Amino acid sequence: MLELDDIQHFLVTRTRALAARYEFLSFQSPTAGHAWLEGMVDKVGTAQSVGANSPDARWITIAFTWNGLRALGLDEASLSSFPDEFQQGMAERAQVLGFTGANHPDQWIGELANPSLHAIAILFASDETERERCRKEHANYLAQLPGVQLLSSLDLAAIPPYDYPHEHFGFRDRLSHPIIEGLGEEPVPGPETPLKAGEFFLGYADESGVTPVMPKPEVLSHNGSYIAYLRMEEHVGAFRDFLREHGNTPDEQELIAAKFMGRWRSGAPLVLAPDKDHPELGADKQRTNDFNYGKMDPYGYACPVGSHIRRMNPRDTAENMQRRKMIRRGGTYGPALPEGAAEDGVERGIAAFIGCASLIRQFEFAMNVWVNDPNFKELGNERDPFVGTQDATFDYTIPKRPIRKKLKGLPAFTTIRGGAYFFLPGIRALRFLASGCPIAQHTS
Amino acid sequence: MADNSWEHPVAMAIPKGGYFELEQGRYGPVFPRTPACYGFSIFAKVIPGREPVFYDFAKKIEDAIAATPDYLAVLKLHYLRWVLIPVNGETYFMYQGIFDTDFDKYTEDAVSLFNKIGLNTVFENLEGFPEDWKTNAPAFIKFVRDHQCPSLLEYGEYPFVSADEIKKALRIKARFSEMLDLMQ
Repeated sequence: MLELDDIQHFLVTRTRALAARYEFLSFQSPTAGHAWLEGMVDKVGTAQSVGANSPDARWITIAFTWNGLRALGLDEASLSSFPDEFQQGMAERAQVLGFTGANHPDQWIGELANPSLHAIAILFASDETERERCRKEHANYLAQLPGVQLLSSLDLAAIPPYDYPHEHFGFRDRLSHPIIEGLGEEPVPGPETPLKAGEFFLGYADESGVTPVMPKPEVLSHNGSYIAYLRMEEHVGAFRDFLREHGNTPDEQELIAAKFMGRWRSGAPLVLAPDKDHPELGADKQRTNDFNYGKMDPYGYACPVGSHIRRMNPRDTAENMQRRKMIRRGGTYGPALPEGAAEDGVERGIAAFIGCASLIRQFEFAMNVWVNDPNFKELGNERDPFVGTQDATFDYTIPKRPIRKKLKGLPAFTTIRGGAYFFLPGIRALRFLASGCPIAQHTS
Repeated sequence: MADNSWEHPVAMAIPKGGYFELEQGRYGPVFPRTPACYGFSIFAKVIPGREPVFYDFAKKIEDAIAATPDYLAVLKLHYLRWVLIPVNGETYFMYQGIFDTDFDKYTEDAVSLFNKIGLNTVFENLEGFPEDWKTNAPAFIKFVRDHQCPSLLEYGEYPFVSADEIKKALRIKARFSEMLDLMQ
């Protein structure tokens, strides 16, 4: 049984937030960190307390880097029991993840590659007014805690139109997500089957059939998860220019956009709507995810093999898919660029979290093997057109009869501006950290 | 890779350490693709007296493949060789695989397959194999990595060609032959 009153809400529930703020913090001493955390723990929502009908207007999540756990006073033996990739941190793993060139940590902003990044406080708010209220409240709180430094922050807000969540390129988002056993959610038609909780939360059996070894002490790691944070700028002007350059009509431009993503901007999957958009299909939860590739589109004539959704979830064309699932959370930041407006140079994009129980097996596998391997599915010289590191040297193949279309030298539509690995503890674990990680409480 | 790069055999000398330029994979350095595609050679000491376990397991693999020919498909294997090597009166086990997928990329799939066919229980007969391998996949992977001996020379008669490409070419040849016969 999942301990929903101990697991933080973040990866389990969806709130009705239209705004958010991420604050990246550093603790100048363990005492400062404990004091800050002590005053925050009661505000953190759990999977039980936060639900669609919650009366709260704001929802708080707290997570720590490996350096942050050390900064709070966790002992060296416990620190060394955390997985290697989490100890190293995302910046050190840049080569593994394919973050080279403009995506390299040397170019990151917001102090995300700074070893003094210790914690993130994630605020989801019902709207921007509530976000501002919370920002001021937290700023006042920090003012009383001189040993806690705000390294950087990022404000997020949904962008118009507001009828469904979408990002700056205009693609509908949140169309598929893993179903976790024991949470009572009914799967929708499609290949997603309920997964063991241990794929996302520590201390539970995962799809291998066993409960994997956890970091020590158990009070800290039980009910925790790992979240990989990515701040990805979206070059909307460059994307629109590319579509106009390669498509003579709006319909042709929409088709190219869809061929990159694997879905039309409405969300309708190309496998089910290969030639023309069907927006009602995109919105229909009972149909929008009900397709596969191996049987329905093996050569990619509908949905190119290297398209974003096909890379991020190869469905029936990859092995052990139940071990590769991830939970996504996050939203858009920066002002929307109106249609027809010239690129204004203002940073806009998505700032997202990828939640899992094993960064190396789930998140890093996806980045290394699916997103940034130029030879994914033997394509030869291609990376994910949106999330991959593009530097105008990679191609993109759109299978077509009689002759495929090959776009050469894809520009970068996005840039990774920063990222980090965090550990998302349960509530008991937060209290353990706030009380100074007392060794007497360890049983292991 | 040029389209006709398979036409001439290629030999590749590999520096000490097993790679030309260090490229970090998720679990350690990535060993390069050679004219013999990808591969690894694990070399580990057998706990004395346990040699019969390996012979028994070889028969088990033979039967498993006879029953389900694509049992090991996820590994994208060309060849596997298992050898017991006597060294100074002790026995060492060498597991050599030649395959089409970078070992680092599909490590977990391999571990999952090894679990399924019971290979991990065979590895328990190797000195130093982690006792908690059932719940600690990274420890198993570390054992494999620590016992990997990189090649210093690899040769390919039909360099860089994947098993899939070879089978495709043979299939086309067979069907073309059949077509020519029908046209008589």
